[in-house]
Amino acid sequence: MKEGLRFLPMDPTHTTLLECRQAIAGRQISAVEATQAYLQRIARIDPKFSCFVETYPQRAMEQAAQVDAGKVRGPLAGVPLAIKDVLCTDYGRTTCGSHMLENFRAPYTATAVRKLEEAGAVILGKTNMDEFAMGSSTENSAHFITRNPWDPSRVPGGSSGGSAAAMGADLCAGALGTDTGGSIRQPAAYCGVVGLKPTYGRISRWGLVAFASSLDQIGPFTRTVTDAALLLGVMAGHDPLDSTSANAPVPDYLAGLAQPGNGQPLRIGLAKQYLSDQNDPQVNQAVAEAMEVFRKLGATAVEVDMPHTEYGIPTYYLVATAEASSNLARYDGVHYGHRTNEAEDLVDLYCRSRAEGFGPEVKRRIMLGTYALSSGYYDAYYLRALKVRRLIKGDFDRAFAQCDVLLCPTTTGPAFKIGDKIDDPLAMYMNDVYTVNVNLAGLPAVSLPGGFAQVGQTRLPVGIQLIGPAFGEETLLRIAHLFQQHTLFHQARPAAVV
Amino acid sequence: MTASTDSSALDLPPGLRARLMVGLEVHVELATRSKMFTSAPNVAHPDNFDAGPNTLCDPVVVGMPGVLPVINQRAVEMSIRVGLALGCRIARFTKWDRKSYYYPDLPKNYQISQYDLPLCFDGALDIPTSEELDAPTKRIRIIRAHLEEDAGKLLHEAPGGVPIDHSIVDLNRAGTPLLEIVTFPDLESPAEVVMFAQTLRHICRHLGVTEGIMQKGHMRFEPNINVILEKDGQVFKTPIVEIKNLNSFKALHDSVAYEYHRQVEDWLQTGKVMDKRAKTTRGWDDVRCETTLQRHKEDADEYRYFPDPDLVPLVIEDRWIEELVAAMPALPRAREQRYVKELGLGLTEARILLDDPRLTTFFEEVLAAGVEPRRATALLLNNGAKRANERNCGVPQLGITPAQIKQIVALADAGKIGSVAVDTLFGLCCDPAPGSQSIDEPRTSASGASGINLPSGSAPGSAGGYSGSGGYAPSQNLEDVARAHGLIQVSDTAALEKFVAEVLADPRNTKALADLQAGKEKALGALLGQVMKLSKGQANPQVVSQIIKQKLQG
Repeated sequence: MKEGLRFLPMDPTHTTLLECRQAIAGRQISAVEATQAYLQRIARIDPKFSCFVETYPQRAMEQAAQVDAGKVRGPLAGVPLAIKDVLCTDYGRTTCGSHMLENFRAPYTATAVRKLEEAGAVILGKTNMDEFAMGSSTENSAHFITRNPWDPSRVPGGSSGGSAAAMGADLCAGALGTDTGGSIRQPAAYCGVVGLKPTYGRISRWGLVAFASSLDQIGPFTRTVTDAALLLGVMAGHDPLDSTSANAPVPDYLAGLAQPGNGQPLRIGLAKQYLSDQNDPQVNQAVAEAMEVFRKLGATAVEVDMPHTEYGIPTYYLVATAEASSNLARYDGVHYGHRTNEAEDLVDLYCRSRAEGFGPEVKRRIMLGTYALSSGYYDAYYLRALKVRRLIKGDFDRAFAQCDVLLCPTTTGPAFKIGDKIDDPLAMYMNDVYTVNVNLAGLPAVSLPGGFAQVGQTRLPVGIQLIGPAFGEETLLRIAHLFQQHTLFHQARPAAVV
Repeated sequence: MTASTDSSALDLPPGLRARLMVGLEVHVELATRSKMFTSAPNVAHPDNFDAGPNTLCDPVVVGMPGVLPVINQRAVEMSIRVGLALGCRIARFTKWDRKSYYYPDLPKNYQISQYDLPLCFDGALDIPTSEELDAPTKRIRIIRAHLEEDAGKLLHEAPGGVPIDHSIVDLNRAGTPLLEIVTFPDLESPAEVVMFAQTLRHICRHLGVTEGIMQKGHMRFEPNINVILEKDGQVFKTPIVEIKNLNSFKALHDSVAYEYHRQVEDWLQTGKVMDKRAKTTRGWDDVRCETTLQRHKEDADEYRYFPDPDLVPLVIEDRWIEELVAAMPALPRAREQRYVKELGLGLTEARILLDDPRLTTFFEEVLAAGVEPRRATALLLNNGAKRANERNCGVPQLGITPAQIKQIVALADAGKIGSVAVDTLFGLCCDPAPGSQSIDEPRTSASGASGINLPSGSAPGSAGGYSGSGGYAPSQNLEDVARAHGLIQVSDTAALEKFVAEVLADPRNTKALADLQAGKEKALGALLGQVMKLSKGQANPQVVSQIIKQKLQG
């Protein structure tokens, strides 16, 4: 074919992010070649899974060429990434998986994305999601359903299902998701990849279209904890445009992975409230085996009590929906976004635009949240939820006085079948039982590939979750990295995409 | 205007006594450079008064997806200063709440406001009960003053009054910092209500927190009105009415007076008294001079307030308050007393000087430059005001500096220039030039207990100030300027003696000379005038008079 065509010394789509970066930095491959390899793989494989809402091949190739020309340097020079369609960019569209924003083009770029690009990352495209990040299966996308790379008849999880599936199918070297109640960790578990939800305030939310402002946090999907540490380090830090972003120093997370601990044996916290016998036994087994890995490395298991765990789901669904009902009020057809064609008057314009623009799950949550904030109900619902939220945070505070990290499942079981829960919102909400409390408490947590569940003829990944104290990412990632150094789960690939 | 007499002009049936009770909500647009929660320019700042529709917008103003608010520290500071002037307590911990309602001029469909923890609370304003200098005052208690963002404007005709079949939105005002001040119902007459409003406006203007231009809506009033009726020892309270969005003192006065009459008459006819239902809202019809019931929304009071999760609570440190207290200027009423009693100015002059805070500041700078107060007043209110009127600006914007005024006064005192030259020289120093500055203001930083950053600058940025770049550089010696323009009086005796000799030798002056020698001092004027004419106005009249007298005696 073309003159420049050559056999790559390596396939960048089958490396970790760090390896890809090093290969580009070492000129074993060019950034253009790496980007092209991913774009070609997306073209070939994504039609089976529908991870991407849109791609930016031309822009990505230009970004890569800039890297190769030495005009862009940085810790991520030439690394191709995918971002969730809830992150605004001043190129392309930002639809949030909704008809409401079908043609929305933001005139600004999310701080997290801007920092990645300034570090040299190449943005391949935007990934599918549950509408406005509301859902646990990506079935609530207004565009299409995304499929799990391990079994296309199953969901990839949600709401960041597109990014998780793209990572699981090696359609990017790393991806961004957002996590409001588990939307990074749950799909990471379902797709067999690493998903990190940082401490609330660790990464700026500027340019992240809000679902629940006090819970939302951006985080990476990667193959390895090392890669997650690298991306976190680039994105973390105070942003003058987000007053809730923390003005706390950003440690070198990557270097921190190699640091020895404090000399004391690791204390791994286990709470009985997180190891329900309602779980798929293969999930509980993965957690037990992970504990065994840590024990062999000298860690001790500490039993902790988290008595308010069971109130997490109702509390979360009051706080998150209350905030969402307010955050989504701006989508009214007046200033931008979908507007109905047949309004009789102003109120009718509001009603029809919103009725046409939003999907059923979004409407359900707006109604729940509006109710929770209404006079006469505020004290009983929203205010009480805030109080319980403090109790849940108290559970974690007490636990971290006894242990370094908590070990628990990410989900109750492996990925479920498309369509299985879509008509049963409560069953769907219960997916988040092990993840929401972390958001209510504002803590960092990571889901790691921790084993497999055999479901009939299908082998599906299972995630384990490690939870750390606020701004304790350094220790959290170090312990997670330790696990990956002694396990091979993260190297497994679904047969369908190899 | 006198404060508490004019509401009794109502014919009440015998045995019935009526007392008006008014509480006032005042919205003050703060003249910060940028908006409350973003760096877009603020329409209430003088630099932006003439901005075209929807030109003061950014993604935060428009409420686009994914944007976040950041607190304008200057707006907080201005609010605290107003709170201090009103004797309020200042919250050390306060937060922001979302007030939800759908309206096209409110892009997010919620307004960021303060619900249960206002920035300022528990204050009072003493208002004068008459126009006298030492009028007794009446205390009006302040419930609270909280900070929020203004909404945009919904227009039903296109600019220039062009009719359109739809409504259009101008978001220039959206996000302007708005201080809402709420009083107890301590106001008992329309005149008191207006006196309160005017006193508050005067204070706010002197604090430099607003231009206070009523036509631009910089201050808007919402009186809450009812009437306490007493008959045969029984007390009846009429239902409370809130009149929305009044932006002139006349409308404020007339609507309160109208409502007083209306409520009394309504009670006489229906006997309806206050009950637990929400107060009704009425609008003021400027043309028909009456209040009209506004369409009653079912969910009028359902604002679903809750703490804004996009903003961190505001922690205000004592140190900051102490700095602001130390930097508080004297309030207009205190200055008025000082001007009259200590500086010896007339009350009318004092009030003119205090009417425009920029002029007040300028006046005090002229005093600080060493000019005697009455002299300074005369120069500013005569020589200055004349030119300011011609140029349609304020005296401080003429370009002349206090130091130049001091120089002019010194030249006059030294007999080097005459009164006409004083005015000419004053004019030569004037030549207004506009200035410009960037719009960035400090904003509060991240979460955590630290809360707000302390301001780095010294004095708060006053919206006013003179440009100081007049026709002549303030450093230039005005005596040289006066000389270059031929304004210096000739006091050189030798030169003047020649003029005097010429005049005395003129046979037409024989009679005047005789008169003068006969002791008719009046005759000196005619002779003096001729010398002045010969000298082209440059002779020092005092020196000339002396020479003439010497010649006659000699």
